[in-house]
Amino acid sequence: MSGEIAQAFARAKARGEGVLVAYAMAGDPDLPRSVDVFAALVEGGADILELGVAFSDPIADGPVIQGAAERALKAGSTLKRVLDEVVPAVRQRCPQTPLVIMTYVNVIMAMGEARYAKLARERGVSGTILPDLPPEESAALRATFDAEGMDLIPLCAPTTPPARAQAIAKDGRGFVYCVSVSGVTGMRAELPPDLSQRLDLVRKAASVPIVAGFGISTEEQARTLSAHADGVVVGSALVRAAHTEGPAAAKALCADIKRGLRR
Amino acid sequence: MSTETAAGRFGRYGGRYVPETLVPALLELEEAYAAASADPAFGEEVARVLREFVGRPTTLTPARRLTEAWGGADVWLKREDLAHTGAHKINNTVGQVLLAKRMGKKRIIAETGAGQHGVATATACALFGLPCEVYMGALDVERQALNVFRMRALGAVVRPVESGSRTLKDAMNEAMRTWVSQVSDTHYVIGSAAGPHPYPTVVRDFQAVIGRELRTQAQAAWGGLPDAIIACVGGGSNAIGVLHPFIGDASVRLVGVEAGGHGLASKQHGASLTLGTEGVLHGSRSLVLQDEDGQIQEAHSISAGLDYPGVGPELAHLAKTGRMEVRTATDDEALAAFYEVARLEGILPALETSHAFARGRELARELGAGRHLVINCSGRGDKDVATISARGVPPPVGVKA
Ligand SMILES: Cc1ncc(COP(=O)(O)O)c(C=O)c1O
Repeated sequence: MSGEIAQAFARAKARGEGVLVAYAMAGDPDLPRSVDVFAALVEGGADILELGVAFSDPIADGPVIQGAAERALKAGSTLKRVLDEVVPAVRQRCPQTPLVIMTYVNVIMAMGEARYAKLARERGVSGTILPDLPPEESAALRATFDAEGMDLIPLCAPTTPPARAQAIAKDGRGFVYCVSVSGVTGMRAELPPDLSQRLDLVRKAASVPIVAGFGISTEEQARTLSAHADGVVVGSALVRAAHTEGPAAAKALCADIKRGLRR
Repeated sequence: MSTETAAGRFGRYGGRYVPETLVPALLELEEAYAAASADPAFGEEVARVLREFVGRPTTLTPARRLTEAWGGADVWLKREDLAHTGAHKINNTVGQVLLAKRMGKKRIIAETGAGQHGVATATACALFGLPCEVYMGALDVERQALNVFRMRALGAVVRPVESGSRTLKDAMNEAMRTWVSQVSDTHYVIGSAAGPHPYPTVVRDFQAVIGRELRTQAQAAWGGLPDAIIACVGGGSNAIGVLHPFIGDASVRLVGVEAGGHGLASKQHGASLTLGTEGVLHGSRSLVLQDEDGQIQEAHSISAGLDYPGVGPELAHLAKTGRMEVRTATDDEALAAFYEVARLEGILPALETSHAFARGRELARELGAGRHLVINCSGRGDKDVATISARGVPPPVGVKA
């Protein structure tokens, strides 16, 4: 398992903070400028960066991230180019920050699972999130990733029954990504009332830290959730801020959310 | 005979590549479907509705003038175009909506390309009293105005999808996204033998009524099995439905015809079995049209129902193992076949079906006289008349222009 992710959680904990996992789309609005966005997220306080790699058919994503994927594809973003051009540049500007790739299984298959794991590790990627790869389908890929020291980060959903959630959490890599809402990515005014209970259950069973993601966009939500999770993921809100107002707005939003994560 | 090598797996293909949120619903569906299949009362109910409402069994029609014109095997047509709503799609929607009712689901969503599956779903929902929402690519909404009206008339909500290529694959993405948000009380009626397990199996089983009837009808008509069966392939539900009951019969040639669009070299086609590579789209591993970076390519076909860059996993397996022969027909060949069938047999076939007819002549000649070729007439062409007539109508038969 990669140590970088565990270290990021340990560092935040030592400072009395929850971890902010900040998502942006690699290649949006183009490859070099997306590097500026990632750097701004870290300046704003992001502890882990999630680099979205665009897929043409993103069934787990809402309109904001779908739009970002369309822009990235138009700008020529591919997994290969993200690993060759974006990841090294982000590493250089943010050497302390663990990087996680989020994309769809077909994009990884097209490169070849083993080739991806090796190349991504060489370039400094610590983990991978594949929202369309449930545990039943992930055994072979996870073995390949384990052999390279690449964490295949699992997801838990609101519809996941408790026993299944516990099994996913117990055998997690990197961190467990608890999807807060039944639905696609995107901001939500309200989070489900049973979320904290679900997070507590997963956290108890987990062998690694847990984070809550999907729908989170405010300092207040971060504050509520940080009592029940080791961190939060923020995606659509940051993507939208960066797209409409630029990297500085995304940086400011990161700082707001970080305030909510102080314990 | 089953080609299922493990639950939901057809050789290398199949599986369940979906967000975790949907996995419990797919497990629930798998269980509910297994229980329903084992319950004779459910099977009888489906059969009764197919008989009373859909008009099954559909006839097996000798195509005498095509037989003569093609100069080879005896040509027979399995007439899914005579099923209520005008295509095979209704076999599946009746089954799935009854299953959804049995599971206590409160609403139905579906995706549609040509609109036939949307109409069939809206029809089943009207019949059984469930609200229905149909996702349809905005381009297809334009191309298939008649079917959009039919769905609305039947009480369904049609939601045009503006993302991506604005066709079937994008409608399916949007239906899946919606399903993720409403999974607790909603059943998603997938329209082809594609998607995550258990859909390819469920849809195939409901469509296999076509092949089972054909077996009985062939025995009655000529006292044997067909020598070859030919069907068009979009996602593959009419093909797997008519072919599946014959997989174990080595003497029966199984032939699928894909959309050749503007020609295979043009890159504008829907030939995923012929030119696709292994990938994951809409929840299953199969053959898909994609670039080297794993981005799904837009398919093209004159027929909205074949305009899909993927194909069901069981057909991918049958094609790769050689059990099914795969051919293609271009847009122009399909159009020519449409008029040939119209003028020789008095049938306006759907543009999808016309692809199967377009390869009929060769196959009839390969087989030779005295053999029996069955063409699965997957649907009727009423929905396509705007597309077809926009290209001009050839002069009438036997009249000087
Ligand atoms: C008449 C007809 N045939 C064939 C198809 C293609 O679907 P499948 O390949 O699932 O049979 C359609 C789809 O809309 C159709 O309407």
